[in-house]
Amino acid sequence: MNSFLTDPIGFLILWFYSVLRGWNLPEDLVVLIAFVVGAFTLATLSLLLVVFLIWVERKIGGRVQDRLGPNRVGPFGLIQPVADMLKIFTKEFITPDGADKVAYNLGPILAVGAVIMIWAVVPFGITLYGSNLNVGILYIIAVGGIGTLGIIMAGWGSNNKFALLGAFRAVAQLLSYEVPMVVSLLIPVMFAGSMGLNEIVRAQTVPFIVLAPIAALIFFISSIAENGRAPFDLLEAESEIVAGFNVEYSGLKFGFFFVGDFLHAFTIALLFSVLFLGGWNGPGADSMPILGFVYLMIKTSLMYFLGLLIRFTLPRFRIDQMLALNWKLLVPLSLVTVSLTAIVDKLAMNNIWVRVIVLLLVNLIIWLSLQEIMERVYRSRPPRRTVNYPRLKPEADEPVVQPETPAA
Amino acid sequence: MPMQIFFLIIAAVTLISAAMVVTVRRMMHAALWLVLSLFGVAVLFAMLESSFYAVVQVIVYIGAIAILVIFAVMLTRHMMDDTGRQIAKNWWAALVAVVIAFGGMVVLVLSWSRFQVGPGTAPSELLLLDFGKALTAPNQFAIPFEVSSVLLLAALIGSIFIAVERKGGQK
Amino acid sequence: MQNDLLYIGIFMLIALFIPGIAIVIAGVLGPKRPAPIKNAAYECGIETVGETWVQFKAQYYIYALIFLVFDVETIFLYPWAIAYNAVGIWAVLEAVLFIFILAGGLGYAWRKGALEWQ
Repeated sequence: MNSFLTDPIGFLILWFYSVLRGWNLPEDLVVLIAFVVGAFTLATLSLLLVVFLIWVERKIGGRVQDRLGPNRVGPFGLIQPVADMLKIFTKEFITPDGADKVAYNLGPILAVGAVIMIWAVVPFGITLYGSNLNVGILYIIAVGGIGTLGIIMAGWGSNNKFALLGAFRAVAQLLSYEVPMVVSLLIPVMFAGSMGLNEIVRAQTVPFIVLAPIAALIFFISSIAENGRAPFDLLEAESEIVAGFNVEYSGLKFGFFFVGDFLHAFTIALLFSVLFLGGWNGPGADSMPILGFVYLMIKTSLMYFLGLLIRFTLPRFRIDQMLALNWKLLVPLSLVTVSLTAIVDKLAMNNIWVRVIVLLLVNLIIWLSLQEIMERVYRSRPPRRTVNYPRLKPEADEPVVQPETPAA
Repeated sequence: MPMQIFFLIIAAVTLISAAMVVTVRRMMHAALWLVLSLFGVAVLFAMLESSFYAVVQVIVYIGAIAILVIFAVMLTRHMMDDTGRQIAKNWWAALVAVVIAFGGMVVLVLSWSRFQVGPGTAPSELLLLDFGKALTAPNQFAIPFEVSSVLLLAALIGSIFIAVERKGGQK
Repeated sequence: MQNDLLYIGIFMLIALFIPGIAIVIAGVLGPKRPAPIKNAAYECGIETVGETWVQFKAQYYIYALIFLVFDVETIFLYPWAIAYNAVGIWAVLEAVLFIFILAGGLGYAWRKGALEWQ
């Protein structure tokens, strides 16, 4: 267990503790110092990860859009984010007149802090976690609420009509999509019997995405919407409402909103892997924590890549489409899924294969019913009036048709 | 000893922010002080080793109710203005009522047999699992569980009814 | 649990502290040339017209309200979900009844048009 090869991080932690104890400090202080250093390291590492993520996003985004990403600054453009960071750090802070100092400055700090705070409960390996809080999932949701508060403060503190309006719409979106996310998170908790993330990972002998694919899908979609990425990125679209609630921010404060955005995208992938893909589970991860970390990173990278693909391929939703999608589709779907999964899982015997098959069947039934309902709704809607273009040369017996304007 | 100091600091922060909620001039600032005071309560829950209630406090109060309060503040148009006299006219009557209420609570708490001034030990047998089981056990809290859902339904329907009327009236 | 909560508390403070320090550093590093035109509120490049308040649509409030009710509902359901493996089918049916009652509320809101953006 103490070998450096199988558990380098645990080894370092134990070495650090022994150094602290060697200084003959009281035990409480030792724990306090160790926690502070550990928290500081984790938070800083996550922020440094964002620097790398910026490059990944731009490179992959470029390739998806059939162009090269950054390729000038450094080999493959790897130094590009460093250049970006240097630029953002040295820009002037232009504070608008009448901006409320406290709210205006706290907005970006809360928005970024909320995302960093999620990393405290994520288990990176069997012994590698910040804190095995027994209410980890609710903690994550609580922290999301703090982020929402940061956005309101940013929008209101800017003393700008458009920022305020953008903040309202952003908060409406965030609040709406929190409902299916919270409801669909009931299912991993149900299966694992605990809200602690490490317990949920340990309970995944079969990854939960197999046992509850619809819940995983709902969680993934609502997380992307919570993050504010495409196709839900109405709020930061340049052509809409003038960049939304962060219009009055410049320099690093503006940069922090984007740091929060990118870090949140990675954190979503991380949470999805932990909750539905089995986290650090994998052959040999029980005895070698570092291997668990590697597995988790592989799964997270896959989901992050999937999120990036979705971002760069799908067009944007309008706000009414987005909210209708949430309240009329995702929320009822998540409630139905939770109810049916709960009933069926209780009725299925404890045999794991029976459970898998029965739950997959239930999910299939829900999916097919959903398709059927959507098909009927689609058919019952009146068809859109399309433009009738006139023929170039009217036939002998055909009157010339004037082009109609499409329905507004 | 450090727990005591920590508790005093958090209690002071909570009480002072609660006082600021009712005394600051701009309503938006009052909403923000409210958020701080609610967060102080959440920390107090955490200090009592009740992590569930700490996070529930943040989720429900800060994540939903405080945002609702901020929206309500913004619905009233003159939120940027000075709200007039900060001290109500009959403040002495309110003082009497507050003293009576607080005194009553103090008497009630002191007459509770298990009350102690120092930090007590949380009853370790109360786990979330037992709470969950109790919520659905027919001889424990199943009826209040269902009644609470009806209560929430009533709240939802009532507020939708009023809000849709208001929306229709605004058009 | 004490240690876990302590770690969370420290982590929260640090998660707020690091961006704060970064902003302070950026404030020190950046130029400071305040000019009246730079500090004026941005409104598509022209001066602000009218006071700075927006016509607040009641729809925002309705969404927040429905969110609040569903939030509290799920908070009730989480302890049940934890006890899920240890209770029988009747507890599951009770919880499904709970969900069903509130889904009825959602249906009411849907029919009343409270969920439309307009």
